[in-house]
Amino acid sequence: MKLSRLFKTIFMIDFISGLLIAIKEVFKSKKTINYPFEKGQVSPRARGEHALRRYPNGEERCIACKLCEAVCPAQAITIESSEREDGSRKTTRYDIDMLKCIYCGLCEESCPVDAIVQGPNFEFATETREELYYNKEKLLENGDRWENILAANIKADNPYR
Amino acid sequence: MNSLYILFDEIYKILFLLIPVLVTVAMIVWLDRRVWAFVQKRRGPNVVGPFGLLQSLADALKYMFKEIIIPASSNKIIFILAPIITMTLALVAWAVIPFSENLVLADINVGILYLFAISSLGVYGIIMGGWASNSKYPFLGAIRSAAQMVSYEVSIGVIIINVLLCVGSLNLNDIVLAQQNMWFVLPLFPMFVIFFISALAETNRPPFDLPEAEAELVAGYQTEYSGMMYAMFWLGEYANILLMCAMASILFLGGWLPPLEIEALSIVPSPVWLIFKILFLFILFALVKAIVPRYRYDQLMKLGWKIFLPLSLIWVVLTAGYLLYFDLLPEQI
Repeated sequence: MKLSRLFKTIFMIDFISGLLIAIKEVFKSKKTINYPFEKGQVSPRARGEHALRRYPNGEERCIACKLCEAVCPAQAITIESSEREDGSRKTTRYDIDMLKCIYCGLCEESCPVDAIVQGPNFEFATETREELYYNKEKLLENGDRWENILAANIKADNPYR
Repeated sequence: MNSLYILFDEIYKILFLLIPVLVTVAMIVWLDRRVWAFVQKRRGPNVVGPFGLLQSLADALKYMFKEIIIPASSNKIIFILAPIITMTLALVAWAVIPFSENLVLADINVGILYLFAISSLGVYGIIMGGWASNSKYPFLGAIRSAAQMVSYEVSIGVIIINVLLCVGSLNLNDIVLAQQNMWFVLPLFPMFVIFFISALAETNRPPFDLPEAEAELVAGYQTEYSGMMYAMFWLGEYANILLMCAMASILFLGGWLPPLEIEALSIVPSPVWLIFKILFLFILFALVKAIVPRYRYDQLMKLGWKIFLPLSLIWVVLTAGYLLYFDLLPEQI
């Protein structure tokens, strides 16, 4: 063992300098946030809870092309469609099993009319499984609730698509 | 009637000691987590109560409502007994800690010996828990723990001899009073450092937390425990840490004595000084936990047997020789 090394070991120089660093760090500002009271930034691309969007006039965007259903790797989406009285094709059923969903974002990417999107909300934990089988009403309601943020997010992400 | 009165009097005294100790243990867990978090620039528990002070109480409540699972293949009696022994021994030792000249539950003349004996018995709780679980990780953890605690106790014992040489009495109050002119931390500083490190090893704190090295042994001897039984191990562990801090402050930092012989400092009641010193040492414990990596098992044994034991033995000879040469031996001997 080198003499300088021995000196360091006996007087615990490394340990004491480490202790001093630790004491210094105690008084520095914290890097974490008070989560439930204070929330972090969410990227516009965040893939959170799903939502079905509407056009500004209130018409559903979804045209029941079933691309999302086809692309979904977890097969979490179930769609049934029929022709409406005015001749447009609309979904009669649009279910997402949020427990199967892997939040990959492929449904959002495949959608030709930006109908199904994944919003910034990630705090939708429930107490029962049943509450996580989302149907069309729930998804449309989500869309209505988050529309402002969803529209802004899609606009912000548009140049990179 | 009279004996009943004495009995109740004693029970009151014991409760008067134990309840503050238990509350302090709960607070100290919070302090430990908080200091650890602060070093890592996190916030730590700060939601339950003011500054999160009640976090430990919330945890204790949670443990109470959890199911106690007793493994089918375990030795049930010993399995249940182990956490009880750990906690009882950790609390029983507080009986001899002097909080001031008169404020001590049992002012016995072999106080330091009693403390040392009780803290040595602490191994039993751990090895019983590990053995009775009848599972491999707890067993390995318990073996490691026993080996570790036994080897560090040897050097702690020799360090205590150093202090006793300077005092000439085994009574804890005498040890404190002997430090009126100078705390033993100054002449015996290397011994204080070794005592502190041995105390870390004795209480299974990082960097010597091999018995519960989560990377290899899940949680060591506590692996099979759940609910209140786990909480009792946990309480016992922290009570032991607190006890070690109290022991270090009595042996080296002048116990309940104020730091200087100044009138203004002696206004502060003496228990407060002891609590201050215990807290200071505990914060050091917590800081050390945050900064050091875990020792390897052979390094641990090497440190205990090849470095600390010879060093403290040599220091005993040096202290004894110094005291004898300068004729400073205490009168009682």
